[in-house]
Amino acid sequence: MTWVNDVVQGLLLGGLYALFATGLSLMFGVMRLVNLAHGDLSIVAAFVALAIVDAVPVNPLWTVLVVVPLMFGVGYLLQRGMLNFTLRGGDPLPPVLVTFGLSIILQNLLLEVFSADSQGLDAGRIEDASIRISDRLAVGWFPLLTLVVGIAVLAGLQLVISRTRLGRAFRATSDDQETANLVGIDDRNVYAVATGIALATVAIAGIFLGIRTTFTPSVGPTRLIFAFEAVVIGGLGSIWGTLVGGLVLGVAQTLGAQVSPGWGVLAGHLVFLAVLAFRPTGLLGRTVPA
Amino acid sequence: MLLQVERVAGFYGDFQALFDVSVQVAEGETVAIIGANGAGKSTLLKTVAGLMARTTGTVAFDGRPLDGMPTHRRLGLGIAMVPEGRRIFPSLTVEENLLVGAHRLRPGPWSVRRVLELFPALADKRGRPGSRLSGGEQQMLAIGRALMANPRLLLLDEVSLGLAPVVVRRIYETLPEVVGNGATVVLVEQDIGQALRAADRAYCLLEGRVALHGPSGGLTRQQITDAYFGMRSA
Repeated sequence: MTWVNDVVQGLLLGGLYALFATGLSLMFGVMRLVNLAHGDLSIVAAFVALAIVDAVPVNPLWTVLVVVPLMFGVGYLLQRGMLNFTLRGGDPLPPVLVTFGLSIILQNLLLEVFSADSQGLDAGRIEDASIRISDRLAVGWFPLLTLVVGIAVLAGLQLVISRTRLGRAFRATSDDQETANLVGIDDRNVYAVATGIALATVAIAGIFLGIRTTFTPSVGPTRLIFAFEAVVIGGLGSIWGTLVGGLVLGVAQTLGAQVSPGWGVLAGHLVFLAVLAFRPTGLLGRTVPA
Repeated sequence: MLLQVERVAGFYGDFQALFDVSVQVAEGETVAIIGANGAGKSTLLKTVAGLMARTTGTVAFDGRPLDGMPTHRRLGLGIAMVPEGRRIFPSLTVEENLLVGAHRLRPGPWSVRRVLELFPALADKRGRPGSRLSGGEQQMLAIGRALMANPRLLLLDEVSLGLAPVVVRRIYETLPEVVGNGATVVLVEQDIGQALRAADRAYCLLEGRVALHGPSGGLTRQQITDAYFGMRSA
């Protein structure tokens, strides 16, 4: 019966992966931009939360109230001031190169300011409190909270995209940028808001990561890979697919680790490769109509 | 003059598509731009809408020069365009395609309800994806989407392209109501007969230059043929 426990823990871990993948999925969906600094930006958010907790003695969960709006602003300015210029001409390479450079710069800045020491955010009792379901099965409050927040963020985003004026502008711009301009949509602004929202979700992911485990300035790229795998497994451009992708990745890693501790991450990669090979549009991805 | 195009030249890279073109359109008029394929008709509309990367000369709207103003801000002033090929947003429903046309929230007579009254064929398809419409319905939707911005100047690019004559007629029949609700119309059209019937005045472009212009009723068939094919009348 340990596998039931593994699946449950995997789903809970998947909540964190889904949270990480949300922003990546949104940015790719709206402007076909793959942000290689995605993981590092989440670590920046975690360090900002750490700096706040060091200065003011509050539970790190409360730092969400400051870090999320802050990262929205960072995202807006980053897109408006830099990434928008890489999108001109529709060549996919410039954004990849620029965000790769940004990734390296952020890692080194964090190293310079915070040193290479492992850090963690201490959220107090919630971190190891759990709900006992049976002898073999217990659900941690904090992983459960992570999953619930992940689902809430994705559901909220789905609602914005499908029901609001902003969401229509996202979809219209993603379909056809020139025609979006013709109906009065400023694509530069739409892209900046999308990146702002993406980094706001990244901020939540970074803080939850910092509470769940330890982090150093160099762990961003690993986060990026997991987020990327979740997006691809679920299906590019599908918000619910991102949730499914995160959950599948979490379960694969936990089950793999059960076979042998070293196999956890590997099992995740193998599922990712299998999806790419046999269902390249992802589990919930639609084939894009021409 | 609502629209004043003064000595405009337009370029695609090194290729020059417009030479020294001047066009005036008064408020409330319907003006047709006719000419052969590649004469620069669509380029002229794109220049007015701000879609051309490289132009010289000036375009003034309501007396205000538009130099370098991006497309989305021109819509804010009331310049809406129905692009060639309709360009319906495929991942939006019919109703959403209309709603996105009102993105700038310009006040005026048009609403989703009014557009669906103008084009009843769209009414029972409002929940469908925009890509799942016939060509004629897509054209109606593209016009409706532009009307949702309550335009002062409506640019129609090749409305009849690829449509059955009966559908083209039905669409052109709605034009008086569009004009009656305060829009000035500039239309680019392959079908010269249709264009001249719909318009008060016409400009004929030939290889990027204005070869002929005048009131629709006052142009003879011979004049148009000469201007269209570039023959000098003796």
